[in-house]
Amino acid sequence: MGKRVLLIEDEPNIIEAIRFILSRDGWIVETHSDGASAVGAVNAKQPDIVILDVMLPGKSGFDILRDLRADPEHAALPILMLTARGQKKDRDMAQAAGVSAFMTKPFSNSGMLDAVNGLMAAGDAPVVDVSGDG
Amino acid sequence: MPRSALTGTRIRERRSLEGLKQADLARSVGISPAYLNLIEHNRRRIGGKLLVDLARELNVELAALTEGAHAPLIDALQGAAAESAALNDPIETDRIEEFAGRFPGWAGLVAQQREQITLLERRVEALSDRLAHDPFLSDALHEVLSTVTAIRSTAGILNAGDDIDPDWQVRFHRNMYEDSQRLATGSQALVSYLDTVGKADEAPNAPLDEVESWLASTAYALPENALETPISAGGGIAGDEVTPLDKSAQSDMLTSPAARALAAQWLERARRDAAAMPMGDVEAVLADFGPDPAALAQRTGADLAAAMRRLATLPAAEGRAALGLVTCDGSGTLTFRKPLDGFAPPRFGAACPLWPLYQALLRPLSPVRRVIEHMGQPPRQFLAYAVCQPVVPSGFDAPEVVEATMLFVPIDAVMDAAARSARPSQNVGDIVEVGTNCRVCARVKCPARREPSLLSGDVGSSFLNEVS
Repeated sequence: MGKRVLLIEDEPNIIEAIRFILSRDGWIVETHSDGASAVGAVNAKQPDIVILDVMLPGKSGFDILRDLRADPEHAALPILMLTARGQKKDRDMAQAAGVSAFMTKPFSNSGMLDAVNGLMAAGDAPVVDVSGDG
Repeated sequence: MPRSALTGTRIRERRSLEGLKQADLARSVGISPAYLNLIEHNRRRIGGKLLVDLARELNVELAALTEGAHAPLIDALQGAAAESAALNDPIETDRIEEFAGRFPGWAGLVAQQREQITLLERRVEALSDRLAHDPFLSDALHEVLSTVTAIRSTAGILNAGDDIDPDWQVRFHRNMYEDSQRLATGSQALVSYLDTVGKADEAPNAPLDEVESWLASTAYALPENALETPISAGGGIAGDEVTPLDKSAQSDMLTSPAARALAAQWLERARRDAAAMPMGDVEAVLADFGPDPAALAQRTGADLAAAMRRLATLPAAEGRAALGLVTCDGSGTLTFRKPLDGFAPPRFGAACPLWPLYQALLRPLSPVRRVIEHMGQPPRQFLAYAVCQPVVPSGFDAPEVVEATMLFVPIDAVMDAAARSARPSQNVGDIVEVGTNCRVCARVKCPARREPSLLSGDVGSSFLNEVS
């Protein structure tokens, strides 16, 4: 069974590039572009891993992350966060909300692949940062 | 540090020069020789009428006894000391007067640089505020970074040299082309936006500072003819529509639109005050009662705050004392400052909570009148009138918006007026000792102290401990 990733991002050309890179690596890539309904999309699609942008229409990536972690079903779901700002306070906020990994835009394609595959490999063992209070 | 240390010493020196005996001088001003001795040895504070009498007996100007160097310069130096970061060598705050007297040029430089530094700090604060909270900037940066991210990723795919389906190649090339266009537009917008930052409404001074220096340039008095022009309909101080600026509000000193709008509001209000209190009435009140806002209000039917504003902004004239004025809003933020020599409200930051201004703020519509003694070298006394009034007559549901106004009159001007007036002297209760700002106030055991003072040695014991 193919590994499934849900990409929550609203920039069409970024979606296209990431979809291409991950598909070629053997991933099944599904996408979602709206913040407000993102949690519902995760519930419906049950991906193995989520790539989550911070700046989304309707709801911020931080809020989506908190909502997902509040649900026991997604407490251990690997979530890679993408943000245009690499500021420490954003990282701290994402970490406190239970992010699994964090990536700053613009990213390199190999960096993206390494991050996604790394999270998948660690998938069975709970990621330390994730087990917090969410 | 005894605050009026040098005043006593100067009285003693002057008396010796005049060849007067302590006992004779004491008798001529109606105090005991022992008391004069205490004063001369700086063991008793002195001010007000007694000081005036002593100056007269010693044939000197009052200022010669009280001011070693210029009081504003000393205030500025104290401010600089208060704001400075920790230095290797402690600042000799007990010798400020000596420094200002011996090196007036250097002292002036310190004061001027402090002023410049404060302005620059404000500007940096305003700019970083803008960078942190400006929605346009944040959107523009997000747009540029998103586009760069897409371009980098797409270029990475095309550049990897792997076999890529020709359809996908065409698609990625088109995406890159589109994104590069977007990036060009976005970065241009960003650059032109950054170019304008600091030009339009980001003048180095806060708008209120601009208005105050503009008013100071006219000695806070608007020409009476500017005030006599008819009031345009609908002009209100709270309205966001600004009445057409007349020439005085278009001064070169008002560079930002915000400052011009504030100045226009000020003018509008001054006009209404002048219309309600014509010069003839003002002069009659000044002649009969001196600068008494209650008398002016009673004669003209204007409200007390308006009477205070009117008195504080009269053109200079023979025998007319300069009066100071401050106003604050309900948050206690000073919204207007007309300083007087010896009592300069702080330019930035919070003032002294003991001011009658704030006492009035606590009890809206109850006028407050107190003699205040301002800490400083020398300490000076003023008669302060204050009142807090609603700014806008509002409905029952609207938030209550108030403004407190305080007029302060140098005590000698009050005494001059009292001497001329037939009215019995007013009972104003005890003298309230006040400061401007805790950092530069040496008053010990002040129940209202917010933070330790730089100027006093034993604040540690009094800070927050002595509330009785």
